Amino acid sequence: MVVDARKITTDERLAALTLPSGGGWLGAARKNALGRLQAVGLPTRRDEYWRYTNPAPFNRATPAQGAGGPGEDPFAGMDAYVITIDGDALDLPDGAPDGVEINTLSQAAEADIHWARDLYATLEAAGSRPVSRPFAMLNSAFATGGLAIRVTGPVARPIHIRTIGGTDPILHHLIKVDADASVTVLESGTAGARSNIVTEVDVADTAAFHHIRMQGPDATQQIDTHLFARLGRSATFKSFTLSANVQLTRNEAILEIVGDDASAHVGGAAFGRGDFHHDDTVFVTHGALNGESRQVFKKVLRDGATGVFQGKILVREGAQKTDGYQISQALLLDDDAQFLAKPELEIYADDVACSHGSTTGAIDETALFYLRSRGVPRRVATDLLVLSFMAEAVEEIADEDLRAHIGAVLADWLSRH
Amino acid sequence: MLTIKNLHVKLEDEDKQILRGIDLTVPAGEVHAVMGPNGSGKSTLSYVLAGRGGYEVTQGEAHLGDVDLLDIEPEERAAAGLFLAFQYPVEIPGVGNMTFLRTAVNAQRKARGEEELSAGEFLKVIRAKAKDLKIDAEMLKRPVNVGFSGGEKKRNEILQMAMLEPKMCILDETDSGLDVDAMKLVSEGVNALRDPNRGFLVITHYQRLLDHIKPDVVHIMAGGRIIKSGGPELAMEVEVNGYVDILEGTS
Repeated sequence: MVVDARKITTDERLAALTLPSGGGWLGAARKNALGRLQAVGLPTRRDEYWRYTNPAPFNRATPAQGAGGPGEDPFAGMDAYVITIDGDALDLPDGAPDGVEINTLSQAAEADIHWARDLYATLEAAGSRPVSRPFAMLNSAFATGGLAIRVTGPVARPIHIRTIGGTDPILHHLIKVDADASVTVLESGTAGARSNIVTEVDVADTAAFHHIRMQGPDATQQIDTHLFARLGRSATFKSFTLSANVQLTRNEAILEIVGDDASAHVGGAAFGRGDFHHDDTVFVTHGALNGESRQVFKKVLRDGATGVFQGKILVREGAQKTDGYQISQALLLDDDAQFLAKPELEIYADDVACSHGSTTGAIDETALFYLRSRGVPRRVATDLLVLSFMAEAVEEIADEDLRAHIGAVLADWLSRH
Repeated sequence: MLTIKNLHVKLEDEDKQILRGIDLTVPAGEVHAVMGPNGSGKSTLSYVLAGRGGYEVTQGEAHLGDVDLLDIEPEERAAAGLFLAFQYPVEIPGVGNMTFLRTAVNAQRKARGEEELSAGEFLKVIRAKAKDLKIDAEMLKRPVNVGFSGGEKKRNEILQMAMLEPKMCILDETDSGLDVDAMKLVSEGVNALRDPNRGFLVITHYQRLLDHIKPDVVHIMAGGRIIKSGGPELAMEVEVNGYVDILEGTS
């Protein structure tokens, strides 16, 4: 019966979608992804990987709610190259910074750009083993748009992908960072009522990729993202996500270290109340020597909000001197909120240092009293302690100015939500 | 300034009486010291006045001027002019000392209907006051009390006191964990704030702090009551003979 329910769900969802036209490598990749999706089917609550987050809102043929407004721009005033994706409209403005070539996904397919062909759905397919990721497969098959970004040198200005409008966008971004090149990619926007965004990042030897993503503050959105990355020798990958009040979020990060001496960090800070449900699902694979990885996730939950963390570190045979760290913590501001954490380590090498920790706690009453005794009202004092709690995750942002900027946005969002 | 009448306090969660009828008046311009053995209720007195949770006032009252302290929230007591220097200042990672202090100063000004200080004005004032306490710019930027030495934490408390300009300052075992030099520096900071319009309640275990901060009146506390009050000579008596003689003399 379970299989039948899955098949019905999958058939209904697929019936509402049309495989975009166009042949070439993109058409072939779409058909391949569709085949893989049909083989596994969409998830149900009975799947181990979806035990803590109900996939039903992502399975629905159409989103439950209409699109919200464009929302505020958390990077406003920042010197960045801004690409706005408004529904299906994607225009690349002039003035792209030096060291980067940017095409839309359809341009990349039409122009037969080989690196894009080689990357599209490749990390997604690899990342679907051993755990299948059906919504990423769905994305690879039905993506309505996306960007193909090739970074060939150090890029001084951040690239800001601002996704607004649309009702149910499915976006697929490809980013290839060449040897010795580096880039900072910012993401923001309300991206419709429901969105499915897959980003595949290939970080070559000695390359660096920095990523900051802002989700919210919009209480009606449903967001499903997958961030796939492959790291070469001495490569650096750093991703940080701030989520505020988004109704339902599933952020998956699937990172694979394939070159020696590489470093992969992924972190997030999330806060919300009421029917807020926030799920961070992370899978870091160490497949080379002397790799370093960090997962730092903090969630602040109140009024019945739910936080989920599923984090895994897999150290393959031979990946000696691996240093893996994982921490997930929740601050529950009342008794109704809940945090569900499933940390996992799977290690096949004998000379590694891996640690993980997970805590759930209430606000520190002594610290709260300390602040209030200085005249800080309870609400403001609580916000300060929330900022304090999230600091370790925000610290994951390497650039000092960006870190200060995100800290200020976080404080502002907190004071208003 | 500070008037405490027949104050009885028990722990909220257990049937344990801590304060058993405290009567104490600190007039403006005076420094009163409260001394007493461990467990006499000194710190509880300071916490109850500042509004910490976990205690239940079963009888009595406490006023700051004409403000009924026991009736209002901790932040309202602070805005009314009460300040408690903590025995163990709390570390708050991720929140800059400067941000914390500016938030506190402006919250109090707002509560009193005064205009908030701009970033520039605030910076000017805090730099001058920090310099007097030998607190460098780096310490102001660091997260609140994180990685501070014992002496730095206590200096930071006095800096907060100087910035907030309270009417009534309670110092809870400010000398604990301080070496001689740090104690001198902290005491100078306190003495600089002595003012005809400001009262001090200095809670301490030892007489040595009172060499630096000269009290007008010394109270000895034991068993949740003030059992003896007198001039500075009372502190000397404790230093020489301990609390035993006094306790026996009054029992």
